[in-house]
Amino acid sequence: MKLTLEVWRQKNGGDKGGFSTYELEDVDTHMSFLEMLDVLNQDLIVGGAEPIAFEHDCREGICGACGFVVNGVAHGHQKGSTICQLHMRHFSDGDKITIEPWRAKAFPIIKDLVVDRSSFDRILQAGGFVTIRTGSAPDANALPVATDTLEHAMDFAECIGCGACVASCPNGAAMLFVGAKISHLALLPQGMPEKAKRALKMVEAMESEAFGACTNYTSCEAVCPKEISISGIARMNKDFRRASVAGAEPAHGKKR
Amino acid sequence: MAVTGIILFGFVVGHMLGNLQIYLGQEQLDHYAELLQANKPFLWAFRSVLLFCVSVHIWAAVVIWLRNRSARPVKYKMFQPPGLDYAARTMVWSGPIVALFIVYHILDFTVGTANPDFIKGEVYHNVVASFSNPVIALVYMAACLLLAFHLYHGLWSLFQTFGWDHPRFGWIRRALAIFFSVLIGAGTISIPLAVLTGFVR
Repeated sequence: MKLTLEVWRQKNGGDKGGFSTYELEDVDTHMSFLEMLDVLNQDLIVGGAEPIAFEHDCREGICGACGFVVNGVAHGHQKGSTICQLHMRHFSDGDKITIEPWRAKAFPIIKDLVVDRSSFDRILQAGGFVTIRTGSAPDANALPVATDTLEHAMDFAECIGCGACVASCPNGAAMLFVGAKISHLALLPQGMPEKAKRALKMVEAMESEAFGACTNYTSCEAVCPKEISISGIARMNKDFRRASVAGAEPAHGKKR
Repeated sequence: MAVTGIILFGFVVGHMLGNLQIYLGQEQLDHYAELLQANKPFLWAFRSVLLFCVSVHIWAAVVIWLRNRSARPVKYKMFQPPGLDYAARTMVWSGPIVALFIVYHILDFTVGTANPDFIKGEVYHNVVASFSNPVIALVYMAACLLLAFHLYHGLWSLFQTFGWDHPRFGWIRRALAIFFSVLIGAGTISIPLAVLTGFVR
């Protein structure tokens, strides 16, 4: 299979950057998208050129390291998968593929397709701790959680923080990510005590980063490799609204 | 945005239901208009609330629009995010166009300066005078169609904003939005169409 790749190249954050075009012969249909880039990079290295920088780690679609925009769609056109799980059999001979990094003010480009997603880390840090007992493992049934509830929480916990939601949002909003993080803890008894405080802190942290605001385009859930639902955004809004009205401090029964 | 949106949506429904009295004849509509004009302080209080809501709604939209524009300083060369529907994509256009239409609509039927043959208090006559002109009628129908799209996206969006969602009942949000936007679209478009086709004259 023969492919023409149009890839965004940028030396560093200060560089203006631009597209470079590469012709690639004999692409195996069994290759994953990243393996195809590995082959291209090998050619570049042999030819004395700088290889294309892209992030990757597990290549199993569960770590959240990889991700860029392929032909206008974050993680490529295959639903519910990261770019490392997209295989070249989904492309045809002679295709022209445009590859761009996540584009958002909150995700500054480090090099080529690698962006700095530490804005996500700062939001997570703002969420604070969860009061669980550390030390020896607790008794299996000490804290009963209904199967439906834990499945619901797990659906949100699946978020790998790849940033595709921000990349795909016409507004560059991070609400699916923050909604998933808030929801997965708020649904479980372990995360319940800090629910209000967490919603306030994480939404505040999100607002202080350079993300846009949600206008319900829903393209985030359409590209999410974990297919996380925008119901997480609704839950975040609800928790934030309640916490804003009632305050983040726990209620108390004595005059203080 | 959502709070003022609900209030404005409520007004649009009431306004449409009031105007549909045109099908009950001239006397009924003019009598209804007279009734609305009867209590001046109430009328102006009502108008102030609406003006306030429209202002806050527009202000919120501008703030969000500016924030969202600055969130992606370098644009994609190729950007085809899936999942976008027509109403969502056109909110940024339908909003300002509907706002301009409201100004024209007030000049047409309340102030009367844009009406081809304005007689104060004779609402039925003014409506027929305006909509007998095919250009004006088409402008109204186009604007009402845009309003319906705008309301569709706004209505289901406000459920998200308030966090009203449920795994089992979530589908009702889209269904309600479709129901009301079709209702409002059909109701408002029917009036210029009825005049244009000679059903109301």
